[in-house]
Amino acid sequence: MSKICIAFDRLRSEEKMLHKEAENLGHGTSMIDVKITQINTESKKSDFDFGDIILERCVSYFRGLHFTACLEFLGVPVINRFDVANNCGNKMFMTLLLKKHGIPTPRTYFSFSKDGAQENLEKIGFPIVIKPVIGSWGRGVIPLKDKDAVDAIFEMREIMDGSHDRIYYLQELIKRPPRDIRVISIGDHAVAAMYRKSSGGFKTNIALGAEPELCEITKEIEDLVSKAAKAMGGGILGVDIMEDEKRGLLVHEVNNTVEFKGLAKVAKRNIPKEMVQFALAYIRK
Amino acid sequence: MNCPECDGTINIPDDASVGEIVSCPDCGADFEISKKDGSKVELKRAESVGEDWGE
Repeated sequence: MSKICIAFDRLRSEEKMLHKEAENLGHGTSMIDVKITQINTESKKSDFDFGDIILERCVSYFRGLHFTACLEFLGVPVINRFDVANNCGNKMFMTLLLKKHGIPTPRTYFSFSKDGAQENLEKIGFPIVIKPVIGSWGRGVIPLKDKDAVDAIFEMREIMDGSHDRIYYLQELIKRPPRDIRVISIGDHAVAAMYRKSSGGFKTNIALGAEPELCEITKEIEDLVSKAAKAMGGGILGVDIMEDEKRGLLVHEVNNTVEFKGLAKVAKRNIPKEMVQFALAYIRK
Repeated sequence: MNCPECDGTINIPDDASVGEIVSCPDCGADFEISKKDGSKVELKRAESVGEDWGE
């Protein structure tokens, strides 16, 4: 029997579910706390209890990404691969890949300084949404409706002076119902989907209190999710879709270390079990 | 066990694992279970939410 390892930095119910399903399937399991794991240039795979494959589940994106680089250096199969995590972890890289692969996505404008962004905005007009290129759970995603709001946000960015704050990612505000669709993709197949309804504001993140509701996976959603997942490089992903009033479904985000606690409670399929089965099939390839 | 911050009582579930986060019901501080050997549990301050946290 193969052995599967779950790498974490904060043990959440998702990691426990994965661990339990791997055990239920009769496989050996190990749990690795990435925060206390040390790797060096002389390290070998045999120095660690990494099993046959690792599911990288860090809540910190940069920690997970850098740990994944080490795992690939050691020759340990890891889901998701480094390039997939890198593609999904940066909204600009992700958007560029979606567009490059012909996947419908909101119009997005990139600038590389405050002045460049202001010039860009004069051409685009309002309303617009500014998003940090790194970050999740809807943090820093702000609708900009007038020049006063722009001046305030841009000034804040200059004061904070974070290295990623110099990259301005501006996206059209989509006219849509007050919800979006989150689809869990495993091996380029949509296995479960839910509507995430806004709890009042324009954001629909579950982490911010959006109400989950099961969504039927139509052929259109299945095809779109498959293409989006392939564009990122495959693996286990969370694909976010908005329903534009005129253009139909648009993929606006693909997430790397997908959270599934809420969806797992209502989904018809066993999400953590399918993730484990995918990982085991991955090493048999 | 007692909260290292305010001395309030933190209930550690029997099935809790190393790496899990527990909160003090009195002061709200979050702690990570750093060691667990039967009923003997050690806690350390949990990391605060980082800019890069999330999916």
